Order: sequence, then structure tokens, then C-alpha cells
Amino acid sequence: MATDLDILESRSIYILREAFQKFRPLALLWSLGKDSNALIWLAKKAFLGRIPFPVMHLDTGLEFPEVYAFRDRYAEEWGLDLIADPCPPIEAVDPTLPPDARIAARKSLGVTEAVSRYGFKALIAGIRRDEQATRAKERVFSPRLPGNTWDFRAQPTELWDTYPAELAPNAHVRVHPLLHWTEIDIWRYLKRESVPIVPLYFARDGRRFRSLGEIGITKPIDSRATSVDDIIAELQMTRADERAGRTMDHESEDAFERLRVSGYL
Amino acid sequence: MSTPAFPIVIVGHVDHGKSTLIGRLLHDTGTLSEARVSEVKKVSARRGVAVEWSFALDALQLERDQAITVDSTQARFRTSLRDYVIVDAPGHEEFLRNMITGAAQAEAAVMVIDIIHGITPQTRRHALVLNLLGIRQMIVVVNKIDSADFDEKAFTRLEAEITALGREANIDITTTIPLSARHGDNLADHSARTPWWRGPTLIEAIDRFQPPPAAADRPFRLAVQDVYRSGADRVVVGRIDGGRLTVGDTVTLWPSGRTARIKSFHASNSATPVIAAAAPQSVAFALDQDLFVERGHVVASATAPPRRGRSLRVRLVWLGRTPLTVGYRLRMVVGTAQADVVASRIHHGIESGAVAGNTVAEATFTAANDVVFDSFVDGSTLGRGILVDGGEVAGGCAIMSSDAAMSGATTTVGADERRLRNGHAGAVFWLTGLSGAGKTTLARAAERVLFDRGAQVMVVDGDLMRGGLTADLGFDNDSRTENIRRVAEVAKLMTSNGVIVLAALISPLASQRELARHIIGPAFHEVLVDADVETCAARDVKGHYAKAKAGELKDFTGISATWERPAQPDLIVGAGQESVDNSTQRLVDYIASIAALHAAAA
Repeated sequence: MATDLDILESRSIYILREAFQKFRPLALLWSLGKDSNALIWLAKKAFLGRIPFPVMHLDTGLEFPEVYAFRDRYAEEWGLDLIADPCPPIEAVDPTLPPDARIAARKSLGVTEAVSRYGFKALIAGIRRDEQATRAKERVFSPRLPGNTWDFRAQPTELWDTYPAELAPNAHVRVHPLLHWTEIDIWRYLKRESVPIVPLYFARDGRRFRSLGEIGITKPIDSRATSVDDIIAELQMTRADERAGRTMDHESEDAFERLRVSGYL
Repeated sequence: MSTPAFPIVIVGHVDHGKSTLIGRLLHDTGTLSEARVSEVKKVSARRGVAVEWSFALDALQLERDQAITVDSTQARFRTSLRDYVIVDAPGHEEFLRNMITGAAQAEAAVMVIDIIHGITPQTRRHALVLNLLGIRQMIVVVNKIDSADFDEKAFTRLEAEITALGREANIDITTTIPLSARHGDNLADHSARTPWWRGPTLIEAIDRFQPPPAAADRPFRLAVQDVYRSGADRVVVGRIDGGRLTVGDTVTLWPSGRTARIKSFHASNSATPVIAAAAPQSVAFALDQDLFVERGHVVASATAPPRRGRSLRVRLVWLGRTPLTVGYRLRMVVGTAQADVVASRIHHGIESGAVAGNTVAEATFTAANDVVFDSFVDGSTLGRGILVDGGEVAGGCAIMSSDAAMSGATTTVGADERRLRNGHAGAVFWLTGLSGAGKTTLARAAERVLFDRGAQVMVVDGDLMRGGLTADLGFDNDSRTENIRRVAEVAKLMTSNGVIVLAALISPLASQRELARHIIGPAFHEVLVDADVETCAARDVKGHYAKAKAGELKDFTGISATWERPAQPDLIVGAGQESVDNSTQRLVDYIASIAALHAAAA
């Protein structure tokens, strides 16, 4: 009898295999966060143990040291074909964005650059619907226009996980195999499969990171959770938002929407 | 938490209060985060409105500013019974494609109807669409009961109409509930303001939805996604759509019909070897024989096979930019397979000859090759298709049946044997042109010459067909199209048995000739008999032109009905003053070259 985690996993694997079959070249975006580690794990399963395409870290140079250490260790251990090009500098970012959103927007520019440099037709990303309201409106296969923009007014019809549409020239598609997972699902899965994660998620001195981003625009939460079980128990009680510690989401009512329209994940 | 969250879609006409209902539901079940509640209050205050719960879901600026849901979204909540995913689907007609995207993921629906406005055309359309997306259970919320002063009679009147709608759309309406989403009446708690209401609250009613039947109990089906290599093995990958699979099982591959056994599963990150799996698991496995398998093939139970056919009757929702007409060519995706299809008949849902965008219809599509499918009512994903037009999704459909489902039609006489005996291959020469252009005259002349050279040859023309096989049809475009479909099917049967067929029909529209080309396939050759309308009118062998000009004959091609001259026919004869002898000779030469007819015996 398939459990709920088996069903979530199966659907993600199905989506990953569809992406690999339809779009070449493609890459998987590895932010080093818990979700993208779950994603790497699922991709290893989908492709019989080894991911047959590059894994890309959009490196702003502003990650926590623990994140870099984790990346270098597991890129080797998991046999990943890692691309870790530096993102364009902050001066290249739209100056009308609020300050913290500008820092985050370097990643959008990093995506745009990588798409033109490597010609990727698809980028696999670990976003989820329950994280944030504009992400809740995403498609599993979400086309990005040339220039990396998201036209949420004209999202394609998506029926039953299939993506038979054709891509416009110079466009790419974002593939979202974790869209249907929740934060707690991810933790239960990481536990079941014993997937390693960056230690910053566990409490030290009464604080831990619930959502992991750049130094300076990511704040820890008060917590005593020192194990995955503790984290799951904590999440079952909390009524706070997962991304409350990501400052760029909260600078204005439409801050995150603007980021996403211009290519943020 | 070992069962997956139960997905429900909320539908209804724009402004009947869907997003408000969901926002309120999330609030009353304690699901909204503190931050979200304070954001909703802040955003509402900024826009100078009372607390607007729909802002919890309508996240886009455009949606909040216009107070309308543009795209579907999802949210989660929990009752004492189970977890739910709710899909908020936009109600505005323009966003039907987004509504369908949302609803396609649901098992059950809640339809919201404003008590003042009642059932609208959009409400009806949503009910029909839900049915063809496979949703069988629905709660109807009669919303804004406060605006009708909690009047029982107003509710009962509307309830009768709702029951009728459920019958029309073939959806089981489990409950109809009087409710106020804004004030929360009968949502989580029974309202003191509707003392006459003895039925359940919305949350109680939602908890009564039946879970879907387990996919693992259906016959085994797997649409092949891809074939990977692992060492010496060719590994078939895909998601089990129905049933179970165990190492050693015998399965049948379609469309080949070959059988094989499951040799082993390939699983990584697993401590123990996998020997069995069930729907809806994604799997990777090797077969015990080296059979040809590729994406689009279907692996199925050897004892309960899927069906095959080229003529598929479907219920569809059309989202295309241009209306769907007979002769329209599309790609249909079923499982992981794709087929080029043409709309050969439209049975219902048609207005002035076409299915307009955002409507529901019933049609028959003819495919170039066999499609492997299940009936939609069986619950299999091979019972539904996606229609693709010009690289975009233009609709979805539920496959009802195949007009001529084939069970591996076999013949004891091979095509090669027929060709050897006849001394030529079968082919169809489709003579199109105006009435009086000389199509039948030319066809008869060519038939004589070919027969004398030993060929198996026959002529079908409009008059001949209308004497019997198509005697029931008129002369409007739909009837002409059906006439052509039947002629094309007859021609296909004859030609597949080695006969050279000369089909002489006006076939005035390009789409009609495309339909014939599609049905017949590569054996189809278009011949234009190119006399212009003045020449034909001057000949007027049957006196039709005189009558048509006098207005006594309606729908007469070239006078009172459209004639679409072929843009690129395979052969043009009879143009200008070309003689019948000359035209016949050129036609025979062309036919001889195509059918590889032996050099003239005479």
C-alpha cells in the first residue's frame, strides 16, 4: 500500500522524467536548502542513481560558510555535475526594487545569464505551493518568456501533469516537481530517506533557520528543535509563515510578486 | 498522516463568492498563519474595504485591485477527519483555462451559487466541465443567504433548479447548503439565523465526500515515459496508472500486442530489492525479452487489455483561439502517446457549424494511426486526451468509445499478394471541381482505359453515392462533409484491397478534402478538374446553373455556396480549353505512375 510520501515521491519522479525526456539541455537548480536537497534525492531515484544533467548553484558569494562546505562535500559524494558560476553584481539589478529584494534579484540575473550561456531549455526548481501565495499559482511546467519573465496573466492550460506545449524560441520552462509538497512533507521525507541537510536548520543557542537564504537578508527563528523530529513537531504547532525570515518578501505588498515576474524562483 | 490530502475544487460564477468562502474556511479552521491574517487585514484597510478574506488567496496585485481571481491557486486545511487541498478556480469566463487547470487536480467540487443571481450559463458550463474532468461528487453552496434575509422559500426554489442541473451534468450533488461566506453562517457551525436548516454545515458535508476508488484495484496500465540503459538492460520507466506489478508477471505491450514478463525492478536508494509495485508509483523495470519499446507505448495487463481505434468519440472542452470545425486538424495526447487527428464529426455543442471557444461539445476524431485507450468511465488516465493546436493546449477530452475499435484486424490475403495479382497498387484519385466541370466524364473515360489495361478500377461519384449510401443527407456544409466522410471511408476500404478508386465529388471546402486525405492517408491524391464557373454555367448539362441563378436551387457551389479551389492539387486537368481526350490521357498517365501500373499491354 503506497503511503502519502510514496505518492508525493512518485509524482515528482514522473515530472522529473518528463522534463528530461522533453527538454535538452536542462539543469537542476540547487540552492542547498532542504527542498532542493529533497529534489536532488528524487532526481537520483528517477534516473537510477545518477543525475544525467548539470546541477546549478546560483552563487551570490553571500551564502553561509556551512552552505559552501555542504555543497563541496555532497557535490562529490553524490557525483553531481556542478555548475557554480557567480551571479552578476548588485549594480546590474533594477534599482527601483526595495534594497533586500535587490540582493535577492541577483539570482534572477544569474538564471538569465546561465540560460543564455548554456542554452538551457528547462530549469528544475524546488519551489512549493504552500510556501508563498504567488508560488501557489504556479504551473508544474511554467514557461518563461525570452528575458526570463513570468507572464502570470497567460499561464498555459495544464491538464493532468502533461506538458505537450511547444516552447517559443529563446524561452525556457521552469519545472516544479515539488509544487504539491508541503513543508512538513519535505521534513518527513528527509527523515524517512535519511537525506543530509545543512546543519543551520537545527537550533543552536535557541535559534535556527527555517528558510535558508543569503547572509544579511535571512533571519533565524527562535527554536529548540535540534532534530528532524523536533522540527516536525514544531511545524505542527506553529502559525508563523515559513518565509517570515526572508526579509525581501516583506518590504512591500508586491515585493515578492515583482521578484517572481522578473525571473526569481 | 499516511493518506494524501483530499483535493477539492471550488467553482462558480465570478462574484458569487468563491475566494471569500475559501478565505473564511481557512480562517474558521485556524489554518491561516498570523502573518497572513494580519496581511489580509492590512491589505483590506489599505483598499478601504471591510476584512476581505479573498485576499488570503488572491495574491496578485491585479487580483486584489480588481477583486477577481485570475488564476487558480491552492491552499490547505484540516478537519478532525482528514487533510484537504482546496483549489480556488477562477469564475470569469475568460479564465476558463485556469479553472480547468485547477479542477483537473480535484476529486470533488464545491460549487458556489449566489442566491440572488441563481444559476448562470457559467454555472452550467462549470458543471459540464467538471463532469468531463472526471469529478463525480459536488456540494452546492447557496451563498449570500443573508442578502435574501435567510429565507427558506428562496433557498428551496433554487435548490430545485440545482437538482435539475446535477442531473443534466451527470454529477452527484451530495448536499445543497444555505450559507453566508462573509459571515460564516453554516460554514463551520450551524447558524442560528437559519433555524429551518437541518442539513450539515459545509465542513461536515466536505467530510462526507467519498475517497476515490483505489487505482491499484484497476487492471494494470503503464504509459511508457522513456527507456533508459542500465548495464546490459533496457529499462522501461513510467508511472503505474492502474493495478499492480510483480516480478514474473506477464504483460502485453501495445500497440504491438507482444507479451513479455517482468524480469526485475531497478530501484536506487533502496536497501532491499523491490519485487512489486502498485499504482500510482513511478517504476523502472526490465523485461525478459528484448522487445522494441519506446515512449508512447502502453504496458498493460495481459488479461484485461486496453482498446485500440482510429475513430474516437469524445466529450471535450474547447479552449482554442479559433472555433473547432469539422476537418480541423489537431494533435491528441493520450497517456504519453501522441496522434494526429482530424475532427470528423461534431455531434453536440455546435453553433453555426463550429464549436466556439470555452464551450463543451461532443465530437468524433479520426486518427492517422491506432490510438491505444481506455473508456473514460473506467477511471484510467488512458481515457482522457489533451488536444494540442499550433503548439498550445486547446482543450481536453474524455474518450467515450471508438466507432470501430479494432481487435487486431487481420486478413488472410496480404497487400503484397493483391498487388502482385492486380499488377498495380491501390490508390484513390479524388477529383474535385465545380458542378459541370467534367469530373464524372473524365473519371468514366479513365476507368475505361485503365480497365482495358487490366486494372482493378472503379468510380464513385456524388450521384451514385446519394442514390443509396448517403441518401439520408442534404446539401448544407455539414451534410456535404458527412457525405465526403462516408465516400472516403468506402474509398479507403476499396483501395486497401488493391483497387484504384476514382472519386468524383464537388467537395467544395478545403477542410472536406483534408478530411478525405486524412481518412485515406498516403493513398490519397487530389486532382483538380479546373473548369471555371463561366464555362460550367455555359455547359449547364443538368440545368442546375440556370435554377441556381434564378434562386430556385439553394446552396449551389460557385453560385450561392462557397467554392474553395485547391491551393496545391497533385494534378490539374481540364483547365481552359483542354479536350476531354487530352485530359483523360494525362489523368491515366498520372494514375499509372502512382499505382505503378505495368506498361500498357495494348
